[in-house]
Amino acid sequence: MAAREARVLITDDNKVNRLLLARMVELLGHSIAMAENGRIGIETLRKEAYDLLLLDIDMPEMDGFAVLEEMQADSRLRDVPVIVTSAREGIDNVVRCIGLGADDYLPKPVNTVLLNARIGACLEKKRLRDEQRALVQRFATPEVAEALQKTGFALGGQRVHATVMFCDIRGFTTMVETQPPEETIDVLNTYYTLMFDAIGSHGGVVNQMIGDGLMILFGAPSPLRNCAASAVAASLEMHEMMAQFNVERAQQGKAPVRIGIGIATGNVVAGYTGTQRRATYTCIGDTVNLAARLEAHTKDVGRGILIDQATQQDIPQSHPTEPLGAIKLKGKAATENVFAVTVACEELTAAKNGSPKRRTRSQPRA
Amino acid sequence: MSDDVIDLAVFSELRSTAGAEFVADLVGTFCDDAASILAQLREAAEAGDAAKYRRAAHTLKSNANTFGAARLAAIAREIELGGLGPDAARKVADLGAEFERAAGRLKELAHGGT
Repeated sequence: MAAREARVLITDDNKVNRLLLARMVELLGHSIAMAENGRIGIETLRKEAYDLLLLDIDMPEMDGFAVLEEMQADSRLRDVPVIVTSAREGIDNVVRCIGLGADDYLPKPVNTVLLNARIGACLEKKRLRDEQRALVQRFATPEVAEALQKTGFALGGQRVHATVMFCDIRGFTTMVETQPPEETIDVLNTYYTLMFDAIGSHGGVVNQMIGDGLMILFGAPSPLRNCAASAVAASLEMHEMMAQFNVERAQQGKAPVRIGIGIATGNVVAGYTGTQRRATYTCIGDTVNLAARLEAHTKDVGRGILIDQATQQDIPQSHPTEPLGAIKLKGKAATENVFAVTVACEELTAAKNGSPKRRTRSQPRA
Repeated sequence: MSDDVIDLAVFSELRSTAGAEFVADLVGTFCDDAASILAQLREAAEAGDAAKYRRAAHTLKSNANTFGAARLAAIAREIELGGLGPDAARKVADLGAEFERAAGRLKELAHGGT
């Protein structure tokens, strides 16, 4: 059974070893490149993508241990599988290599049958790792994926100061009922693209998508300097983006798509909840409930963005807000001081101008 | 089959794995490189550079093992693990003499001799 062809980098200062390993690897059906010491090896790995590194230990300039350390410290190189091949004696060298992240250790002279088996195993491991990474990136945000890679996975929360945002499409249910599902999916995809862009550019992290509803965190998992200000800036940009989207829809004779956003700031518990098998990164706490209630309340008062007092206190004066007074929100025992953020660019403004203003970053798909 | 310089089982295994022509070239590379490694070893012994001394012996051991040059490998190994001692010059001389024997035999074998 021949493994699929891989690109293998052979790093060995000993020319005889280098040539022989290259020959063996080529005969096994893979393509190779060679580096004659650790420093050149690292440079080569940074320049081009390789599926596997065969690494010698004793080398001038930079030895195999230093190469392994350097690879561990570089997130782009960390996952390249490494098989150490060495004539060094002593189990402590093997242990040290494995401890530094090497996948396998083959004593020299290298046996071709063993080499083939180890290469196959490493490539399979890499394939699984790549697949897993792709999966994590598809279903988690890049921030969460990176945090996961750095610190590993552990259930449990951490108390952090953060701003939570909820956003949904007004009258989404009606939209679903009155137009073909394909069109709804199209609208949703455009909506997601626009919202993710606005949210991401202000450091927000979308951590839940339920239908048209989004839950977004600012300040977790990575802290932000002023999470409230970031969230409000993002919410204004989200409205601006929808306004431009609606200009296009109007040109096609379609009804505008309106959104409502609720924002609250405070202490939350953020972390992974679920089981060891299936978990999600989320935030829990009163702040989360409050943001959700504020978002629901936007419908009642016909405003685009509602924020709580903690958020209002943290945002710069340049964001005009209007106090709506102490309101008793659904599901809340006490009243909350609620503020509406003035949305300068309501759809009508943009419609009057006729065409979208600036915005080159991401356009809705036509 | 026994040979007091080259372990023929190792050498023929190498040939069947990598191909006779390739191995003949590789023997050439080994002989060219070994001359400079032996020179490094002598320099290191004279200069008292233990790290360089060890690394040169290590390289020679590794290559000797590749071709089945068992005695050459054994002497190189002794130097690698023994470190730089007062008898370094003698050991290096032994190694050089054994290398000449091994290189001669390898060239014969590589070109079809038995």
